Amino acid sequence: MVKFESLITDVAKRLLMYAVTTLPPDVKDALKEAYRRERNPLGRAQLEAILKNVKLAEETGRPICQDTGTISFYVRAGFYPTKLHRVEEALRRAVEEATTEVPLRPNSVNPFTDENTGTNLGVGIPNIEWEFTQSDYIELTAFPKGAGSENACAMKMMLPSEGVRGVRSFVIDCVLKAGGMPCPPTIIGIGIGGTSDIAMKLAKKALLRPLNEPNPDPRIAGLEEEIYADVNSTGIGPMGLGGDVTALAVKIEYAYRHPASYPVAVAFNCWASRRSTARIYSDGTVEYITHGQG
Amino acid sequence: MGKGEDGGLRLRSTREVKLETPMASDEVRSLRVGDVVYISGTLVTARDRAHKRMMDYIECGKPLPVDMHGIPIYHCGPIVRRTNRRWIVISAGPTTSMRMEPYEGYVIRRLGIPMIIGKGGMGEETVRAMEEFGAVYGAFTGGAGALAATLIERVAGVEWLDLGMPEALWILEVKDFGPLVVAIDSHGNNLFMEVYREARGRVDEIIRRIEHKV
Repeated sequence: MVKFESLITDVAKRLLMYAVTTLPPDVKDALKEAYRRERNPLGRAQLEAILKNVKLAEETGRPICQDTGTISFYVRAGFYPTKLHRVEEALRRAVEEATTEVPLRPNSVNPFTDENTGTNLGVGIPNIEWEFTQSDYIELTAFPKGAGSENACAMKMMLPSEGVRGVRSFVIDCVLKAGGMPCPPTIIGIGIGGTSDIAMKLAKKALLRPLNEPNPDPRIAGLEEEIYADVNSTGIGPMGLGGDVTALAVKIEYAYRHPASYPVAVAFNCWASRRSTARIYSDGTVEYITHGQG
Repeated sequence: MGKGEDGGLRLRSTREVKLETPMASDEVRSLRVGDVVYISGTLVTARDRAHKRMMDYIECGKPLPVDMHGIPIYHCGPIVRRTNRRWIVISAGPTTSMRMEPYEGYVIRRLGIPMIIGKGGMGEETVRAMEEFGAVYGAFTGGAGALAATLIERVAGVEWLDLGMPEALWILEVKDFGPLVVAIDSHGNNLFMEVYREARGRVDEIIRRIEHKV
């Protein structure tokens, strides 16, 4: 068996390569469906270029978008791993190597000096989100996210009396303000409840859910549907040039809240919703979940 | 959604136009919002820091390293790879143009830029400069980095590489680069503002409906 750290690095590098060059099947299907639904000729032309681009990227192994984003990893660790303290180092090495090998655009900049490290590494970058599960594998998700959609993210501490209606109004207002900037048709993740930081983490986590999977709670799935209908009736359309399809999906995650707080966060992802997941089992076998067999 | 056959959407007829650089001012003036343009010739990329430096150079009367007259500026921070002393563009879609709003009006006026290519549209100051000086804004599909790269035939040069790969001035030779939707023309029309105004009306209506539902 390969050394634990090398295995993690190798899998993470592949995941980054898959994520930036090939969209997961659920996103590709949603884009094709959007093209079927769109009636505005300018909107259709955008979706046509998007589908052409997705195909070209996959065939030539080029990054779909030149903004290969800020990189986050979501790690769900089960029982077997005994060297979890080595995972962070292994992931950092994967990012640095993938930056020259794939290649990725260097996007890690010191906020005080504007200096770009050139490696996609920096203080707090890549971001690693940990979760512990009852399983015999480590599930690793690479989530490189572009700045266009990131810059449209917003959160608000609402009055508890505003409730779900307040959430709907806030989301639609964010969509209007964002216009074409987050590269619509977008995926909209909504985090409700918790505290300010929890709400945004939930909104981001919602972006990881496959687009064809509604929230398992039918009431929340209903709210996802309602907000999806709100957003797609704005007419903002692909790239903000007007049209029927402004969002590919709306996903909600929630946590319980303090009686006096009602945090809500909205996270946008561009149509190039890049994510890839693999499971690394205790015997060293690797299963690529989103991108078939490696 | 409205009740009309087009669901209340503004369905424009799209006219396709192929243009070469350096762009002639009468060609640029003839473009209207909704036209779809394909460019052959030279584009120069510039993002935030390159625009800032352009402004500094112009103010000091220092010549730019590239003759920009009649050449479109492309808001793009590409991925470029160097192999055997040649630069190869790997992925090169547009970046959000609004970040360049503080500079672009000035740059258009002083350098005679005929076209800005980017995504998401620009603000009033740029729209005014485009109207006065005969320039247009071409929206390229955001995220279409692979498509853009295949339409770039050659890297003719690079300047200001000290700003970093995404921020440098990349001089690109392109063939039928597009589709570029004319979203701001030289007659004061702004497609993004039109879409925004209509969307704002619909959003007000949606919010009224949400708030009054018991």
